[in-house]
Amino acid sequence: MDWSWGQLLSIIVSVTLVSNYVLSRFLGLCPFVNSSDRTDKAFGMGMAVTFVMTLASFVTYLLYTFVLRPDAPLFRSMLPDAMRPYGLEPVLRTVSYILVIASLVQLVETFMRKMIPALYKSLGIFLPLITTNCAVLGVTLLNTTDAPEELSLFLATFQGFFAGLGFTFAMPLMSGVRERLAQLPVPEPLKGAPITFICTGLMALAFLGFAGMA
Amino acid sequence: MLGEFTKGLIRRNPIFVLMVGLCPALATSNSINNAFAMGMAATTVLLCSNVIISLIRKAIPRGVRLGCYIVVIASFVTMVELLMKAFFPPEVSEALGIFIPLIVVNCIIIYRAEDFASKNGLLASALDGLGMGIGFTGALMLVAVFREGLGSGTLFGLKWSMTYEPAAAMAQAPGAFLMLGLLLGLFKWLGMRKKVGEAG
Repeated sequence: MDWSWGQLLSIIVSVTLVSNYVLSRFLGLCPFVNSSDRTDKAFGMGMAVTFVMTLASFVTYLLYTFVLRPDAPLFRSMLPDAMRPYGLEPVLRTVSYILVIASLVQLVETFMRKMIPALYKSLGIFLPLITTNCAVLGVTLLNTTDAPEELSLFLATFQGFFAGLGFTFAMPLMSGVRERLAQLPVPEPLKGAPITFICTGLMALAFLGFAGMA
Repeated sequence: MLGEFTKGLIRRNPIFVLMVGLCPALATSNSINNAFAMGMAATTVLLCSNVIISLIRKAIPRGVRLGCYIVVIASFVTMVELLMKAFFPPEVSEALGIFIPLIVVNCIIIYRAEDFASKNGLLASALDGLGMGIGFTGALMLVAVFREGLGSGTLFGLKWSMTYEPAAAMAQAPGAFLMLGLLLGLFKWLGMRKKVGEAG
């Protein structure tokens, strides 16, 4: 066993509250602003993102450990001497991660359409957008190359799943506020995106209070 | 032709008018220097990817075009990342962190590839990329002037007042959202006033 309950708890608190991906790391803002105008839509988007984030964390972790890292076992003998100390990571990280995410999204879309048509109907329109959601690429980077401390496969996948939940958690909070805002006399120039950002700012200020818990 | 360059600066500014590419705009606008570095990195990628995509636009099958764009963009992002590590002080790439690889999924770049470079010639696409990139950099630096000034009490790293007490929240996440919201509102207001002026 290479993890402890304390580690799991600290990951949960950190990625959902203290450094929530949307509200304090600025990841995944485009879907946050664009699909948070209705609660059901916000929830659907959140679930789809969580699903892809978990899978992507799992796959990119394996890719990183076996192919990209300087001490990775595969392709190591084929590298020219000058590249050995760095491995394939500096040149292939970004390209390979984004390709993994794009193909996963495609796979999930095809699978859902065939196997779970009801879920596909409610999530289908959000799926292609997930490829360009920076929270997904962000979590895979923060799990592997940019991790503050090295994680195991299980912890990386776990962090991916809860980062997705943190995103899902912030979306309906925002859509609740926005459904109310739609009824209020907001000054004309602030309508739409500007007031959404100001509200998000106030929400982020509240989330800053969690920083003391870290 | 010159219009392709100037439209990105103000009239169709990527941040304030089109509202794309907001994640890096918020994350790296806590200091003017970071904003400038991020803007330059994104401009380079935007210019190069627009040029290449415009050149190969007739060879890309429609069904897989997004995949092709992403591979082209990701390659340029990797180049920019390696060049930055090689020729810039280490603080720069440390401060921008994961937001350099995240340029791949920056909506502006995909949006310009899909909306402009895939339909227009080489020169027009290059000018479009350059103009949009400079507009992006300018918008980032404008947000950064306020955030650094209010949040750290400095401008370009130098103190601008002896008595001002910095409000730390402005340099953190809440300040970024508030400032961007207020500036978006200001730009919308200016746009509305101009329209009224033209009508009257």
